[in-house]
Amino acid sequence: MRLVDLLDETRFSIFANKARSALTILGIVVGIAAVIVMVAIGQGTQQSITSSIQAAGSDLLQIMPGFGASSGAVRGARGGGSSLTMDDLAAIKKDVPNVKDAVGERQGRYQVVAGGNNTNTSVIGTQQGYPAIKNVNVAEGSFFTTQDDDSMARVCVLGATVRDDLFGENATGIVGQRVRVNGMEFRVIGVAAAKGGSGFGNADDQIYIPLSTAQRLLSGSTSLSSIDVQVDSAGNMSAVQQAVTQLLLDRHNISDATQADFMVLSQQDILSAVTTATGTLTVLLASIAGISLLVGGIGIMNMMLTAVTERTREIGLRKAIGARESDISSQFLAESVTLTFLGGVVGVLLGFAISWAIKHFASFNTAVSLGSVLLAFSVSAGIGIIFGYYPARRAAAMSPIEALRYQ
Amino acid sequence: MIEVRDVTKVYQGGAGAETAALKGVSLRIEDGEYVAIMGPSGSGKSTLMHILGCLDTPTAGSYLLDGVDVSTMSSDELADIRNARIGFVFQAFNLLPRATVFRNVMLPLVYSGISNGQREELAIQALEAADLHEDLWDHLSNELSGGQMQRVAIARALINDPTLVLADEPTGNLDTKTGEVILDTFARLNEGGRTIVLITHEPDVAKHAKRIVHIQDGEVLSDERRSEAGWSA
Ligand SMILES: Nc1ncnc2c1ncn2[C@@H]1O[C@H](COP(=O)(O)OP(=O)(O)OP(=O)(O)O)[C@@H](O)[C@H]1O
Ligand SMILES: [Mg+2]
Repeated sequence: MRLVDLLDETRFSIFANKARSALTILGIVVGIAAVIVMVAIGQGTQQSITSSIQAAGSDLLQIMPGFGASSGAVRGARGGGSSLTMDDLAAIKKDVPNVKDAVGERQGRYQVVAGGNNTNTSVIGTQQGYPAIKNVNVAEGSFFTTQDDDSMARVCVLGATVRDDLFGENATGIVGQRVRVNGMEFRVIGVAAAKGGSGFGNADDQIYIPLSTAQRLLSGSTSLSSIDVQVDSAGNMSAVQQAVTQLLLDRHNISDATQADFMVLSQQDILSAVTTATGTLTVLLASIAGISLLVGGIGIMNMMLTAVTERTREIGLRKAIGARESDISSQFLAESVTLTFLGGVVGVLLGFAISWAIKHFASFNTAVSLGSVLLAFSVSAGIGIIFGYYPARRAAAMSPIEALRYQ
Repeated sequence: MIEVRDVTKVYQGGAGAETAALKGVSLRIEDGEYVAIMGPSGSGKSTLMHILGCLDTPTAGSYLLDGVDVSTMSSDELADIRNARIGFVFQAFNLLPRATVFRNVMLPLVYSGISNGQREELAIQALEAADLHEDLWDHLSNELSGGQMQRVAIARALINDPTLVLADEPTGNLDTKTGEVILDTFARLNEGGRTIVLITHEPDVAKHAKRIVHIQDGEVLSDERRSEAGWSA
């Protein structure tokens, strides 16, 4: 049997059973598209978190409350403690050499309302030095001053996404407008320039208010949810990291460093932790999608076995008029491989489309990787061969007489 | 020329029981003969046809097709023989549904590797020989009447210019009148020199042939040549 004839018979069989072929392809399409979208979400998340961490600056140390080690056997959530105080911040600034600047943060999520619009966003109470340390540029208006902080002023600087949500896409003339944060009125004194990024790591989806205002009026606690330390040069990073750790251990009266109730993380530490976590996430998502691909493959086998039974008389006839065993098996194998291949192509396109739609309409970063496309494709071809082989062998091994007699 | 010598066929039954469907059949059919094989149900007619058609091999004995012993060939070798030398016409037509008449008729050529250019010409010759009206050639096979379907099946059997056309109850699914027309077609093909072996249990059908072989219980009972036979019926 010549290849052109094989392809022609395959095309004919697939079109002669349109509905069944389409349903079989659908199983593969869903599996392949799921793999591509899942991996794209995993990798997109990793990308946006990584870029927002990098955007914050490489000379940065971040100190966060750790487990509540002193409170006994039951540990609180990491970062959930209240072990960092204003005095710790002052001591770091005063006693640790090579620290260029340090600011405290008091962060919480609140409902922010302006006119008829509202959004639930991250509200960061911080100090005057924050924009310089975190690479935040104020596009319109200005950041608040130490005086604002001392006087517990109700002023705020909006992130670009919050500005879009409350006043409309790229709205201008926002300075001087009023917004309500958790029911209290604040005056907008500035809007930060967009940093890019979306989803989990969106540095634009937040607003900044003076630290004392956040502590007294919003959270009711003077403890800090993090301290950002800017080191004077990259070469001093590890020295400062050690000095800060030692200072805080001494101040918190902890002798065993493993029992520390805080964490001092460099950008590098955060980056590698996040990479590991999102890598695991990607693998997890991909394996869930892989299962649906496997189900699609079993669907192919089921449909091919049904086809072999349904077409027993056709097989008998083909054998009677001169088809060799290999002609019959190649025909069924070619059908299953073609179906999975078509499913693969449509699945890849659909995967791209869904990933694009998620990125543009759900503003959740996705990144389709070439690797996942190649993987999905070779898996689908493999499924076609593996799950098509057994039905094809069964068809080929039939006796022509038995097959012709089949009712 | 085909010749079976002392052919036996034993089927292994389910519970170890053995059925001897053919018990030493010898038969010689010259080129251009028109033979009807008759016998009661279960006598071994279909079994003999499977062996003559190279769909099955005998348990013992030999089968010479154009002087070549095919009784010990592998299944792929038999497939090639069937493709090149034998045309089948079945009681149930066995056409590919949802395929055009042309596609059905040309199907054996897919397995003989004949170039696409020649296929249509061969199909037209075969369809003309089978006497199917030209208007129907592009129709789907499942849109045809029984008699038309059997003509398509005959054209398909003729397309590779076979040594032997084998027909197992070709009129079994047709009414008497349509059956007569099909039998006329066989007679005309035989007039043109084609060798035809027809299996039937109806004497009315068998009388179209020039030679009638009766078998019973797997053995040849009688073998008579009818000098006056023809398609004048
Ligand atoms: N595959 C098989 N396995 C076992 N026994 C078989 C098989 N095929 C046929 N037989 C037996 O062989 C004998 C001859 O069968 P065959 O089909 O050749 O009869 P037949 O003359 O064609 O009958 P009919 O006119 O009913 O078609 C029967 O007894 C049948 O039961
Ligand atoms: Mg029979």
